[in-house]
Amino acid sequence: MAEELLKLQNIYKNFGNVKVLKDVNIKINKGEVVALIGDNGAGKSTLIKVITGVHSPNSGKVFFKEEEVQIKSVAQSRKMGIEAVYQERALCDQQELYRNIFAGREITNSFGFLDIKKQRKEAEKILRDYIGFTSKAITVDSQVMGLSGGEKQGVAFGRSLYFNSDLIVLDEPTMGLSIQETEKVLNFVKGLKNENKSAIFIDHNIIHVYGAADRFIILDRGEVVGEFNKEDISREELVQKMIQLHESGKIKVED
Amino acid sequence: MNNLLNSYFVKTHKLEISITIIAVVLFLIYFLGAPHVFTRFPIYRAFMQSMPFFGIIAISATFVVTLGEIDLSFPSIVGITSLIFGIIMTSTDGNFFIAFILATSLGMFAGLVNGLLVTKIGIPSIVATIGTLFFWRGLVNVISQGSGIAIVDVADGTWHHMIFVEKLFGKIPMQFIWFIVLTGLMQWVYRYHKFGNHIHFVGDNKASAQMMGINVDNVKIIAFVQLGFFSALAGIFTMYEMLYFWPTQGEGLMLTTLAAVFVGGTSVFGGKGTIFGTFIGVLIIGSLESGIVALGLSGFYVKFINGLMITVAVTVYALIQRRKN
Repeated sequence: MAEELLKLQNIYKNFGNVKVLKDVNIKINKGEVVALIGDNGAGKSTLIKVITGVHSPNSGKVFFKEEEVQIKSVAQSRKMGIEAVYQERALCDQQELYRNIFAGREITNSFGFLDIKKQRKEAEKILRDYIGFTSKAITVDSQVMGLSGGEKQGVAFGRSLYFNSDLIVLDEPTMGLSIQETEKVLNFVKGLKNENKSAIFIDHNIIHVYGAADRFIILDRGEVVGEFNKEDISREELVQKMIQLHESGKIKVED
Repeated sequence: MNNLLNSYFVKTHKLEISITIIAVVLFLIYFLGAPHVFTRFPIYRAFMQSMPFFGIIAISATFVVTLGEIDLSFPSIVGITSLIFGIIMTSTDGNFFIAFILATSLGMFAGLVNGLLVTKIGIPSIVATIGTLFFWRGLVNVISQGSGIAIVDVADGTWHHMIFVEKLFGKIPMQFIWFIVLTGLMQWVYRYHKFGNHIHFVGDNKASAQMMGINVDNVKIIAFVQLGFFSALAGIFTMYEMLYFWPTQGEGLMLTTLAAVFVGGTSVFGGKGTIFGTFIGVLIIGSLESGIVALGLSGFYVKFINGLMITVAVTVYALIQRRKN
């Protein structure tokens, strides 16, 4: 029996009169990669933001490592071990890599002054060990704006690994990336499993999702309408399900 | 030579090096054009005497500009805090501590108001601080009823007068020493303190900074508060130098101060800047008037050349920035 990491129970979230999430129940185990799929407006982003503490649910329970928790802020979810990697917005362009990696949780002395030496050393380690950057053009002193989309994602990943988070939340990690870079990002996601870390990610591209995920959760208009393990469904079948959902608004689930 | 140009230091300090070269060239022009003035000490003493008053504010304002924000209200914060300093000094028979603490607290309060208007109410800083610019100056006029306050009796010859504005070894004005010390301190905070780091991230990209767990509102508020504090401090320095409060005190500071920040190379778009650059910017802007007059040009040229310097400088920096992107 797999060990449970995160469980959402009967989550409801409204924005005014709009019910964005309706009775959502999901579970993520340790070492598992879960893909959240669904059309625009299905509630994927909102669900992710509930997990990362950006939004609080109107009702429902959240369990992390089998303990009930209330995630009230990004800082709190981080402290618990949930790390979000947001496309594009993950880094600040004009600042050096070593500053970006530690932004918001700088290594400082007791007067709040940065330990630049240590930050650079640790950043170096992250670039080399976690991300596998070999290019000489990229150093810890590089500004982020010189990096490609895939490299930026790599840095964001490396950061989340370094801070030893248990659950990594990825918002459209392959959007706007070249084929090669997409490959890299998907490899990162697969690599998480080796570290016994879990991930939940949103992606529009079912082909990407299929390769990297263990389990697929389909959301539609705020509700979970389907859940499949990879071994139970082929890529073609998954695509068929999505088309079916798109056309009829329903998914046929065989018992 | 090629090696030198490609070195790490040069690559990462392009702005600082450009601005330093501009300053050196400018002073060479002064030196060659008016050797009778610029080979003698008094002109430098005059610079050291006058530059710190707006220089201290320029250094502090660099933090706000790096945020991508602006504060136009500091000339009036100088006014109101100087007035309070003058009133308390004269009414307590020269109690420096009370006057200093109340004046700087008021400065920080004025900064807090700016910060809250910008972050919690959501008014763009340029608009919010135009409002407070008028507000504080208006309050100065109401309280002072248009008349000045002499603090000569309670300040002249005191130890505080000595440490603020008297001459070290009879030559170097103390305010300049303070200016150098504060510049060094603020440079350190700007580059190597968590607060300075957060200033850069918030100015670079507010949304990203927020997601990285930086409290964007607090960073902005603190930036405005410290500018309020240093505006009050600059006012106090001016009071000691002049030994007098006048109701328009601070009014001439706005353009020179902001010009020094922008000429110094701090990005108008936020996220990048340099305290050292601002310091050099202060030397440039603060020397133009005397320099131009000493060169034999009429005083009418001062604003013209000032304007030229600012326009050219910000254009060059914008171009450097664009090439990078």
